[in-house]
Amino acid sequence: MTLSAEKLWFIPALPLAAAAVGALMPRSGRAIAAGAAIAAMLAAFLVSCVALSTALADPAAKLVHNFAWFDLGTSALRLGWLLDPLTAFMCVMVTFVGALIFIFSLGYMKADENFKQFFCFLSLFAAAMLGLLVANSLLLLFICWELVGLASYLLIGFWFHKPSAAAAAKKAFITTRIGDLGLLLGMLWLYNSTGSLLFFDGGAGVLETAALGSLAAQFTAGGLAVSTAIGLLIFCGAVGKSGQFPLHVWLPDAMEGPTPVSALIHAATMVAAGVFLIARVYPLMSADQVLAHVPLHALTVVAFIGAITALMGACIAVAQNDIKRVLAFSTVSQLGYMMLALGVGSWVAAIFHLLTHAFFKALLFLGAGSVIHSAHHEQDIRRLGGLRGPMKVTFATFAIGMMALSGVPFLFSGFWSKEAILHAAHGWEVSQLPFYAALIAVVLTAFYMTRLVAETFFGKARSDAAGHAHESPATMTIPLVILAVCAVLLSLLAWPSPWLQHQLDPSAHSEPDGISLMVLSIVLVALGLGSGWAIYGRKPRVSETSADPLATASPGLIAFLAAKLKFDELYAATFGRLNAASAAFANFLEVWLWGGIVTLLARLGEFTGLVNREADERTLNGGFNSVSEKVRGTGLAYSRAQTGDVHGYLRFIALGFVILVLLVVMGGAK
Amino acid sequence: MSPLQLCLVLSSLLFCIGLVAVLSRGNAILVLLGVELMLNAANINFIAFWRYGPHPDAGTGVIFVLFSIAAAAAEAAVGLALVIAIYRHQQNIRLQEATRLKG
Amino acid sequence: MNSLPLLSLIVFAPWAGTVVLAFVGRSVSASTNRALALLFSLSTLALALVVLGSFDPHAAGYQLVERHAWIKALNVNYHLGLDGLSLLLVLLTGIVSPLCLLASWRVERCPRAFGMLFLLLQGAALGVFLALDFFHWFIFWEVSLVPAFFLIKIWGGPGATRAAYQFVIYTLAGGACMLLGFAALYAATGTLNFTDLAQLAATGQLGPKLAGLGHFWPQVVFVGVFLGLAVKVPLFPFHTWLPPAYAEAPTGVSMFLTGVMSKMGVYGFLRILWPLFPAQLHAAAPCLLWLALGGVVLGAFAAMKQTDLKRMVAYSSINHLNYCLLALFAVASATKPDAAAAALSGTLLQMFNHGLSAAALFACVGILEARAGGLRGLDDFGGVRTVAPLFAGFCGIAMFSSLGLPGLNGFVGEFLIFRGVFGLAPWAAGVACLGLLATALFLLTFWQRVFHGPVAAGVAAFRDLDRVEFLTLLPFVVLMFLFGVLPQIVISVFNPLVTAWAAHLP
Repeated sequence: MTLSAEKLWFIPALPLAAAAVGALMPRSGRAIAAGAAIAAMLAAFLVSCVALSTALADPAAKLVHNFAWFDLGTSALRLGWLLDPLTAFMCVMVTFVGALIFIFSLGYMKADENFKQFFCFLSLFAAAMLGLLVANSLLLLFICWELVGLASYLLIGFWFHKPSAAAAAKKAFITTRIGDLGLLLGMLWLYNSTGSLLFFDGGAGVLETAALGSLAAQFTAGGLAVSTAIGLLIFCGAVGKSGQFPLHVWLPDAMEGPTPVSALIHAATMVAAGVFLIARVYPLMSADQVLAHVPLHALTVVAFIGAITALMGACIAVAQNDIKRVLAFSTVSQLGYMMLALGVGSWVAAIFHLLTHAFFKALLFLGAGSVIHSAHHEQDIRRLGGLRGPMKVTFATFAIGMMALSGVPFLFSGFWSKEAILHAAHGWEVSQLPFYAALIAVVLTAFYMTRLVAETFFGKARSDAAGHAHESPATMTIPLVILAVCAVLLSLLAWPSPWLQHQLDPSAHSEPDGISLMVLSIVLVALGLGSGWAIYGRKPRVSETSADPLATASPGLIAFLAAKLKFDELYAATFGRLNAASAAFANFLEVWLWGGIVTLLARLGEFTGLVNREADERTLNGGFNSVSEKVRGTGLAYSRAQTGDVHGYLRFIALGFVILVLLVVMGGAK
Repeated sequence: MSPLQLCLVLSSLLFCIGLVAVLSRGNAILVLLGVELMLNAANINFIAFWRYGPHPDAGTGVIFVLFSIAAAAAEAAVGLALVIAIYRHQQNIRLQEATRLKG
Repeated sequence: MNSLPLLSLIVFAPWAGTVVLAFVGRSVSASTNRALALLFSLSTLALALVVLGSFDPHAAGYQLVERHAWIKALNVNYHLGLDGLSLLLVLLTGIVSPLCLLASWRVERCPRAFGMLFLLLQGAALGVFLALDFFHWFIFWEVSLVPAFFLIKIWGGPGATRAAYQFVIYTLAGGACMLLGFAALYAATGTLNFTDLAQLAATGQLGPKLAGLGHFWPQVVFVGVFLGLAVKVPLFPFHTWLPPAYAEAPTGVSMFLTGVMSKMGVYGFLRILWPLFPAQLHAAAPCLLWLALGGVVLGAFAAMKQTDLKRMVAYSSINHLNYCLLALFAVASATKPDAAAAALSGTLLQMFNHGLSAAALFACVGILEARAGGLRGLDDFGGVRTVAPLFAGFCGIAMFSSLGLPGLNGFVGEFLIFRGVFGLAPWAAGVACLGLLATALFLLTFWQRVFHGPVAAGVAAFRDLDRVEFLTLLPFVVLMFLFGVLPQIVISVFNPLVTAWAAHLP
């Protein structure tokens, strides 16, 4: 069975339809909304499997279907669908993990009054995420990218009546949007330079040779190749979405959302979208590699950012006490690994780690969710403890996840993917610093995961909630078991032969694994596990208030790490203040400058009016008034002659007549 | 005395009688009569200067007098109407009392 | 050819409604009055759809032209015509106006007079969009102020009198500048017809003719006309009348002011200033770009500082309209047909989409205000989503549309504007990004403070949307989704026009 590229829209459309069903249901339509969401997800999983088999039939082929979205001048803006092994693997992973998390949510969210809305938002998220994966256009990818951001916003703020959740949702949206603006600018630049946003378009796409060649042949003001500049701008988007340094601050806060959300969105899928994006536009990111004399290669930045993030996340995770925050910083750190792999040139290793990480991190989060659910929403590991007994399934699966994340050798998928990354970093010619950072992060990862498991599941219960904990219902444990099995089985993809690598990138030649490197990493993992167990496992915490052994040893450092390296405070003091100052400045301009000018003009007008009135009343009116007064007085005087006495008038007439006759007579009557 | 002079004397006397009547009588109707006398004195003058003037054959004097009489008739009508109006207001026609239009 | 004078019908049907209400309305009930006003208001939409049916979507020129000699001595014609731009705005007016009346359904104070004045306003706006001779174009332009003034002053909030005076005087002052400019144009050319004047400008005769009056006249006339239009849009910094006017006006009128009347200014820029004064606009473009950027960025930042929700939405309106002008000035500043086509398409789309989303946001704020008994401060609410989830959903969609979320209508226009501006003036696109960020910031703050968090004391008794409010908001939301997913519906109306513009860039 094969799936043509035109039909690829089925994959996102199925959950989208479920989201629409959920949105139109009344609040009581819980069963229908949840049923539609899970059914759509399972159906999408089946379609994705068909897509995968289609893609694997010819791994090197790019199946595309492009279509016009709307007319733009004489041409049209086109979008499209793309099917290649990268898309197909990602789709299968997202739908599979997604479906399991949906099922888990049935149990986890059972008591929530907005149950229906939750499934609506989850389906919306799944639709956007899958749309992002099948997009053959940077614009379509960006659209879905923003929509997953929206879904993430809605789901982090799902318990919106909690001010902390509402604030975390806003922070996540704004922080990722900062990165998205970079992505937008990169996209605009790309569009402007190539006239297209389609990835593959029969030779005219932006990821095809012609466009890449021209982009690498133009230079910007600083001597950068245009492709480098565009690549770095696009990378900004990935930094925001994937919680990379320095925009990682939103991801720990995002744990305010319900735990299935943290598992699906903020661990397994959405945060990996940044890695997927860079892998997708990898030809563009690496186009400047052919240039020797440029000041900067885009991928160098990616590698260093990834290394910094990997190390920083691991360090912070050591000092966190909230079970979800430890996992959140672990996610930050693991995403840093993936970015590192991309930066050092092995996008295949990055995607491999993305896939394995999705399974075991979803497993870990769902395990944490199971713990939280049964311990009455207690998330502080200092108040948990001793859960190994009452929650056997959760403990076993969580331990498998922990070992996969730590990179316990051979059996667990995390080991192989991490190994691939270390190998790639070791072979990087530019610098060995990222490699060393990654090695330290390996130790720290094993250490903090051991600490987490020891604190949560060993010792004795340190609060009533933990004491009364019981195993979660089957809807929650079954997904855990399935994910645990997958976390183990996925190692088969890499071992004994690097099958996945070949499917993703048929052109890559497989190198023999460096045995010495593998031994080194095994030793480091053992070091991390051993020290973690030595500090936290052998002598479990007695009560919730007893001091952390590390904090006793180095209180300043641990407090600094526990405060997340004070990034929030730093940003609040710089960008927060800058923003507030800009707003105050703009408002000041409004009120005083622009408003002031207008008021001034208005006052000027009023003043002119006043002057006019005064002039009118005093000068002009005064003159007229006095003249008319005079006229009136004269009239009064003359009117006295008007006696009303007819004889008087007649006398005057007679007198006048006599005078006239005399004049005539004396004048000689000429 | 030539007939012209005799006529002029007559008309002068008539005019003076009219004038005296106008100036001295208080009754409005008698004042109107005085005015009529003065007009008729003027009419006599017209006729006299025509009859004894250089062109007695053309009828100019008669025409003038006819117009004058018509005007006098109209004037008498208006005057009498005024007198009636005054009477309605003050129940008599004494001009001494009709001083309402005093300024 | 259709023998009916369709365009005249479109313009005068609302005025006929005013007359009908004046004579019939006295003897019937208030709700009949409201229904009558709504009916006449809907005539625009119905007629616009008829026009859309007979509109040739592939032609760029004027269609359904009506031209009759009117005042022969002044060479004034009664000249109506319609191209993609006009049709777009007539459609927008047709969609928004009835919804404004629906949003004002609860106005208790003399609904008959409200309906009459509103219909008068609607007719005047339609006249502006369809008139092609400056003489009656300007009459429509100024007449629109009269009903707007009374609507704001009589039905507005506590500061309405001051706001109404400011609005009218400011706009009149701009209008006076424009009138003087056109007087000079008439003196130089002897015609006031837009098509004739554009023809003169396109062949390069207008400048010399104006220069015949005196050396600086082309610039002076440009500035005069520019001022008149810039105040109306409003271009930053000629916008200070807008926040008080929008904030004090009754909800339905605020919706109309932002949804339709603010488009009159942009329409003027596209119909008059740009075709008539391409050289002057090109010379002034670098400065004007900064002004538009100021509106985009400072408008958004100023919105962040507002505590009155209506003022906040008003500032966001300034921000959005300045995107339109940013694109237009970018087009004037450089000659690149493909980027110009994108920028112009973006401008037209943005006009249409802003009309929908800003009007919807005002409707939402109006509902909040009505529920809270006149309060509309950012701190007067909290947790509204808990008590009124449906309303919160609708308002959220309107907000995200205004924020430019893909999938809703606002995105496509903004994307095209950015695409065009980036091609023409890349630095301007970079600066304008700040505006995008600030918009997201203040809208989400608004959302967080009003809808999220614990239920505030005054909010607990809020009810969700009633039938009229639901009917008011539903069309907005449906159209936001529709035009967000299928922008081609709107774009097909004006694409030939934009293509022609881009092909004949001066």
